[in-house]
Amino acid sequence: MAEALVKAVQSQFGAAVLETHNQHGDETIVVDAGSWKDIAAFLRDDRRTQMNMLTDLTAVDYPDREPRFEVVAHFCSLTRGHRLRVKARVGFEDGEGAEIDSLADLYGSANWMERECWDMFGVKFKGHPDLRRILMYPEFEGHPLRRDYPAQKIQPLVPYRDVDNIEKLPPFGDDMGMSFGRQTHAFGSHEE
Amino acid sequence: MGEMKSTTTHVLEAGEGQGFATTRFQDLLGWAQKYSLFMYPFVTACCGMEFMAVTSPRHDLSRFGAEAPRFSPRQSDLLWVVGTISQRQAPVLKRIYEQMAEPKWVMAFGTCASCGGFYDNYTTVAGIDKIIPCDVYIPGCPPRPEAVFDGLMLLQDKIASGNREPAIVKPRTDPAVSHNHGVVQLRRSKDA
Repeated sequence: MAEALVKAVQSQFGAAVLETHNQHGDETIVVDAGSWKDIAAFLRDDRRTQMNMLTDLTAVDYPDREPRFEVVAHFCSLTRGHRLRVKARVGFEDGEGAEIDSLADLYGSANWMERECWDMFGVKFKGHPDLRRILMYPEFEGHPLRRDYPAQKIQPLVPYRDVDNIEKLPPFGDDMGMSFGRQTHAFGSHEE
Repeated sequence: MGEMKSTTTHVLEAGEGQGFATTRFQDLLGWAQKYSLFMYPFVTACCGMEFMAVTSPRHDLSRFGAEAPRFSPRQSDLLWVVGTISQRQAPVLKRIYEQMAEPKWVMAFGTCASCGGFYDNYTTVAGIDKIIPCDVYIPGCPPRPEAVFDGLMLLQDKIASGNREPAIVKPRTDPAVSHNHGVVQLRRSKDA
């Protein structure tokens, strides 16, 4: 069923379909980034495919490949009950030039997923109506799910407060826990 | 609970149904304050479920004089930070804290609020004490209601005694010791 789907896309777009493979029964096609939007429109509108739902859209970072990012879209047809995964490779090795057409005017769900993809990976979606960060705050610098983002790097919005006596922060010493329970009640002994 | 147990309190008996007590003003004030905590629940994550259990009739936080939640920081004096605080949310929490009138106290409910928990990444504040001062830490993921009661009673002790040092709730019994009848046994390998 899904193989016919791949053949339909291949017959329509020819060389724009770079490679195909099948993983556990899920068909995947890797397409040229320039035909990204045309293929999505074909998948949505053609009578054989009828992909009326964009389930997921994200990216994968392969830092040692030359088109560094793989933008992945999962299409699903609720009427015909088949699925297809479409990938496109974009971006230079330094992370620049990661641009691809937006699907936001074809699929409503693409709007926020593309914003997330921009936020996390820095892939620009050309023609997106509102390409802002969606999870991180506007002051955040960089894209945290890129492989070269330092794992320990945090960018606090509020400056951390100065604490004079840093030993008072956790972990505490043995004597700084409950004043009851371990029978170290300081002021409970009532004077007769 | 309930009686004034300060060492500076002296009850002078003058017959049946009469008499008076002398104490220091700070002791009287602390005794009054510790049973009239108006709490502001800043609930952000899964610890909120345990907070609901604490406040609902089965465990019943109102037994401890901390019954009334106030959803305006200007009317409350105990800030419960229940759950993970993200960097994006940190300015909100700081502003809530700053809007509360003195005297005010802060409880870190759960591991995430106390130190960030296992969220050691770009998006989570590693403990609310990085941005606001914290009085009592309640570890646990989430903490049991009994641990929360320990935390509240610990805070009440601290209020009554005027102690503003941060403190942490510890287990009543050390599980490593109690399950082995007082002896911590290390598992031996087969070769030994």
